[in-house]
Amino acid sequence: MALEGHKKIETNATLLLTLSFLVVTVGGIVEIAPLFYLENTIEDVDGMRPYAPLELAGREIYIREGCYVCHSQMIRPMRDEVERYGHYSLAAESQYDHPFQWGSKRTGPDLARVGGRYSDGWHVDHFTDPQSVVPESVMPSYAYLSDTVLQPSYIVDLMRTHRLVGVPYTDEMLENARADFIQQATDFGDPGVVARYPGAQQRDFDGQPEVTEMDALIAYMQMLGTLVDFSTFSPEQAVASR
Amino acid sequence: MLDYVKLLILGLVAVGAAIAANYARDAAYLVHALLIMGAAAITFVVVLRQTDERRKPVSANEYMDGPVKAAAIATAFWGVVGFLAGTFIAFQLAYPVLNFDWAQGYLNFGRLRPLHTSAVIFAFGGNALIAASFYIVQRTSAVRLWGGNTAWFVFWGYQLFIVMAATGYLLGSTQGLEYAEPEWLTDLWLTIVWVAFLAVFMGTLLNRKEPHIYVANWFLLSFIVTVAMLHVVNNLQVPVSLFGSRSVPVMAGVQSAMTQWWYGHNAVGFFLTAGFLGMMYYFIPKQAERPVYSYKLSIIHFWALIFLYIWAGPHHLHYTALPDWASTLGMVFSIVLWMPSWGGMINGLMTLSGAWDKLRTDPVLRMMVTSVAFYGMSTFEGPMMSIRAVNSLSHYTDWTIGHVHSGALGWNGMITFGMLYYLFPKLWNKERLYSLRAVSWHYWLATIGIVLYAASMWVTGIMEGLMWREVDAQGFLVNSFADTVAAKFPMYVVRGLGGVLYLAGALIMAWNLYMTVRKAAVRRDAAFATPAE
Repeated sequence: MALEGHKKIETNATLLLTLSFLVVTVGGIVEIAPLFYLENTIEDVDGMRPYAPLELAGREIYIREGCYVCHSQMIRPMRDEVERYGHYSLAAESQYDHPFQWGSKRTGPDLARVGGRYSDGWHVDHFTDPQSVVPESVMPSYAYLSDTVLQPSYIVDLMRTHRLVGVPYTDEMLENARADFIQQATDFGDPGVVARYPGAQQRDFDGQPEVTEMDALIAYMQMLGTLVDFSTFSPEQAVASR
Repeated sequence: MLDYVKLLILGLVAVGAAIAANYARDAAYLVHALLIMGAAAITFVVVLRQTDERRKPVSANEYMDGPVKAAAIATAFWGVVGFLAGTFIAFQLAYPVLNFDWAQGYLNFGRLRPLHTSAVIFAFGGNALIAASFYIVQRTSAVRLWGGNTAWFVFWGYQLFIVMAATGYLLGSTQGLEYAEPEWLTDLWLTIVWVAFLAVFMGTLLNRKEPHIYVANWFLLSFIVTVAMLHVVNNLQVPVSLFGSRSVPVMAGVQSAMTQWWYGHNAVGFFLTAGFLGMMYYFIPKQAERPVYSYKLSIIHFWALIFLYIWAGPHHLHYTALPDWASTLGMVFSIVLWMPSWGGMINGLMTLSGAWDKLRTDPVLRMMVTSVAFYGMSTFEGPMMSIRAVNSLSHYTDWTIGHVHSGALGWNGMITFGMLYYLFPKLWNKERLYSLRAVSWHYWLATIGIVLYAASMWVTGIMEGLMWREVDAQGFLVNSFADTVAAKFPMYVVRGLGGVLYLAGALIMAWNLYMTVRKAAVRRDAAFATPAE
């Protein structure tokens, strides 16, 4: 009977290897593959664009410091979360995130829509000494970001790699990347960065003349969740497609 | 001749790494290039000293226990390191001043947390699995490890992977995927080591003198091959430069999330479960001196477990932007998974039939049985937390952290300690452990530590989940986020104390194992060469 049949498997190492490998591939194929071709997986929304160079550099710092370990970027559609953090997150909003930064833990609050909630000055104070603005906070200090001047040396390489994996950076964006990187952190620069990246915020984020890691990280914070125009977004349509 | 080929390759790697170090774009890459250069240079010298020397013939009738011994020592060492890191970051969460100002760019929580998780899962757990695989496959196949020194390559290569990953974390090299943080260069190196691991294991199985492959080996084999698949798929990435540590993952957003948790949950399912079940199926029957309870149950347990586990990932993504059909599938399979998990637990526990009295006298067996009990508890808690309604409360909270630790400390930790206590006297030909009293101390310290840990995390997890969603009669949120952080403080201290107890137990174990090797009486019937049975 069945056990006799199993004897074949347990006396043949190659068969055991092959069968157990086949068995473990099934789940992944069924759950992952359709996400690439089912059209209703990612909503069609206005406003999504690739990260501007300075924002992308800020995101690099976000990843480097392990911010995703304590902060999520994924608002669930529950009453309290929508009340606390804003509109629930859409799949479209992370479509250019290689990799996703949804997170799994909220030791600190969700950051999916933190953009525009606090002033730049608040962010500088908070990163420098979190407990000075939120006494209960257990967040570490990141004062050293203000002391680290950022050069756009490798930003074009980084953007080109993102383009290679599917982020729609244009040739124009790549050509102007270094200039855009500097310009976005200045008050009086060429507004080209806003033209190329609609909705980009251009100003001196940390109040220092140089472009620092603090500038980049705050530029990233201040754009999180600000791109999708929810006045043209129809939740019914999104619900129907989900 | 082969030695000359090895020397050529090692020389080229050392020189290539030196050149790469010269062009390094970031500190992590520089350190990694220097590490590779150093490792290649040392290996070069070792090979050079053997070249053209007459070799001591290797007796095919002896087991190859060198790599097993080394991996057993490494398990104890990395265990202490990982528990220490965990205890430290637990206190960082209670007292943020422990994120020292002078080390902001190296020792902040965000950098140490992956160091802790990787040290415990991959360094402590990984070395335990290497030791177990190499020990078990030789004993149950009655042959020496296949591939000569390849087993040594697996051991040292794996240690290099650990050091590369750890230094990378401290220097800020991460791809931002939990439990898959190492960057492309480290990932590539691990892939090479893992293929060698599979080759040694499979080669030994193919050489075996026993007609049947013992059940522990089914689990170990599926663990090795599945981890290879998970690692490769979740780390599909394009390096930004050949001379920089940074890469960009191929997948984005929803697909990235789904793939990551397919990987992440099966790092639990195959690394921490299937592999460790292999240990359970060998070491518990050995220590209890009883055969496995049910052969039929082990067949069902094996196939059901490996088939179902792989589906469970999307339960980490309930109510997110992942389509509902996927998270529903994840939930359904997670609940069904409860059954084979408990089948395995029953098979492990019932192996003690007729030997339950040994629990009174044998603290090592007590440790193993407790680990299986924790396995049962966390494989009940897991499916429960995967239910959407429960998950809406538990997700993003400390409850998840508590759940993981009752599994990791209780199941993986305890079964590994049991294995080490079994292996050390066997491998070093000792009559017995140096001190059974110390094992009892370790047992109670670890158990109380786990209880403090899990209980405090249940309390904070459920409390913060409820506080977040609390609204008053007018429909306003009652608590600010900061209020919930402040409320958790006492429990964070309790959790840290639990960690201290667990760490203290591990230190006692390390001392006891060291004394066993140094001082314990030699086994009288010990032959110098252990014959293949």
